[in-house]
Amino acid sequence: MQRIRTAPPRYWLVLLVVIFFLGFPTVISSFLASEWAQALILAIAIMGLNILVGYSGQLSLGHGAFMAMGAYISAILAHRYKMDYLATVPIAAVVTGVVGFLFGIPSLRLSPLYLALATFALAVVTPSLIKRPADLTGGVQGILIVQPDPPQLASDVFGAVTGTAMTSDQWIYYITLACALILFWLAWNLARRRPGRAMRAIRDGEVAAAASGVNVAGFKTLAFGISAFYAGTAGSLFALSTGFISADTFPVSLSIQLLVGAVVGGLASIPGPLLGAIFAYFLPIGSNQWVPSQTWLPDQITSTVKNAGPAVSYGVILILIMMFAPNGMVGLIRSGYATLDRRLRGAPDPKTGQMPPDPQTV
Amino acid sequence: MQEFLQLVVSGISTGAIFASLALALVLIYNAMGLVNFAQGEMAMFATFIAYTLVNAGMSFWIAFPVTMVLAFGGGILIQRVVIRPVERAPVLTLVIITLGLATLVNGVAGFLWGYVPRSFASPFSPDSVDLGGVFISYRDLGVIAVSGLVLLAIYLLLQHTTVGLTLRAAAHHPEASRLLGVHVSWMLALGWGLASAVGAVSGMMVAPILLLEPNMMQTIIIYAFAAAVLGGIESPLGAVVGGLLVGVTVNLAGAYIPNAGDLQLAFGLGIIILVLILKPNGLFGRAATRRV
Repeated sequence: MQRIRTAPPRYWLVLLVVIFFLGFPTVISSFLASEWAQALILAIAIMGLNILVGYSGQLSLGHGAFMAMGAYISAILAHRYKMDYLATVPIAAVVTGVVGFLFGIPSLRLSPLYLALATFALAVVTPSLIKRPADLTGGVQGILIVQPDPPQLASDVFGAVTGTAMTSDQWIYYITLACALILFWLAWNLARRRPGRAMRAIRDGEVAAAASGVNVAGFKTLAFGISAFYAGTAGSLFALSTGFISADTFPVSLSIQLLVGAVVGGLASIPGPLLGAIFAYFLPIGSNQWVPSQTWLPDQITSTVKNAGPAVSYGVILILIMMFAPNGMVGLIRSGYATLDRRLRGAPDPKTGQMPPDPQTV
Repeated sequence: MQEFLQLVVSGISTGAIFASLALALVLIYNAMGLVNFAQGEMAMFATFIAYTLVNAGMSFWIAFPVTMVLAFGGGILIQRVVIRPVERAPVLTLVIITLGLATLVNGVAGFLWGYVPRSFASPFSPDSVDLGGVFISYRDLGVIAVSGLVLLAIYLLLQHTTVGLTLRAAAHHPEASRLLGVHVSWMLALGWGLASAVGAVSGMMVAPILLLEPNMMQTIIIYAFAAAVLGGIESPLGAVVGGLLVGVTVNLAGAYIPNAGDLQLAFGLGIIILVLILKPNGLFGRAATRRV
């Protein structure tokens, strides 16, 4: 009891969020549940990118390629070798993680700029690389993935709560949620313990970190491996959730979308990727639905705005956030909360020592 | 042998296009130690401006310099509005901002001109000239001539004028230049303007070959990256040599490796990765020294 009463408020917040995500699909349509599953998948991939960029300070613009890899490993294992799809998810994650780790070794020698360049090139080339072994990947025709039916037990519980049978979209949502919870919990533990401290030390000053006994090369490649592990999991779940993947499922804009999510949510934070993913996933969808509903716009303009809107807003938001709020939404919430808290307690501003105005005298 | 020579010449022609864009990347890299991920999109935007001018009845050879001037102004504007406020930010921030810029410019072009590919008429005659059994198209020769002239002009500007000298001084020793009365910040803006104008040339030269649409430069920028990395990212001469080498290599590989169509772009990636692993400073770059 003592421990529960003294738990910091953020634990309660986490509990609320988890309950929200558990209960959410019971009140929304199956289609919306599948959209939210994709947002959660994006959150997993963005968390991977966040570990690499936010914590270890290495920039990758090619995480869409790792997602593609995870997706194709799972899809090929399930489609060609008739494996149970859910069993392929951890395989895809581990294999992608190992590849990421190996990819991290040559990138140790590269400056952040060159790394960004090489990974960007990788992201652009990915679709044509996928097309090449066409008998394996299905080329442009792609691979269809059979979505699993929910098991009896889950279906019964869900039916008891909502009164309707569970669809496979809803089942996939819960699989995704479970993966996201485990991976966010892992990331949280990683970030606040030894590996997280080591990575942040490397990010803030490689030489100083090395002088303090941090294994710089080891932790940099480890960050790459973990990051790719997350992206691989996300890719595998992504294929399951969309039910179809082809070379054009993983364009360079996917990698940009991941970066937007990581930056908007807030780099080097645990809730950041979730917020960023919800933003990056629903912004294009929202604008696609909102723009056509504006009847005062001429038809021609509507279609143009629909196509160009996400790119324009992504671009503007990336630039503005990097200029004015480099810690993203989480940073804004934190500083807003700190200001509010200070005002309520009547404490001075930590930077200037200025006291807040006294409500009695103003 | 004749076929080989023809392939080499057309490779040099595409290489000249890569070289222009790579030189634009090098100019900005030298000015502020940054790879401008928006360079290709800026070139694409300038090409759309040229397209609009030509469609409005202007002759290509008037639209060409007008577009370069507009691109020059646009480059300065972007530097003043977007880049200057974050000049001293970490590389990570700057790279993300140029990526944001790329996405933004791409979206604005899509907004203004749509995503339907348009054909951009070549200013050169479609005939070929017979040079001792080797047929070389006037288009290839034209691209080589125009790009060569522009690159020569940039070389003369950088190496033989006072502006070029202050530009280089501001890039290499900003503090010392400031003490000597150079407006360093405006010199950086000038660098952006020049890069934007040179990049625009690559866009206008490549548009008749590809079709003009907002994603036109997405593949070209990868080859330009490869060219810049191969030549050594801080060397203007390296960018030109790198561009020509990449152009010829890709062209030959595309012709002699069976079914290489899709994989041509992967050669660009392969060149980048090989150079970064084997010789990270490129052919003409100085070895990087790091102060600890």
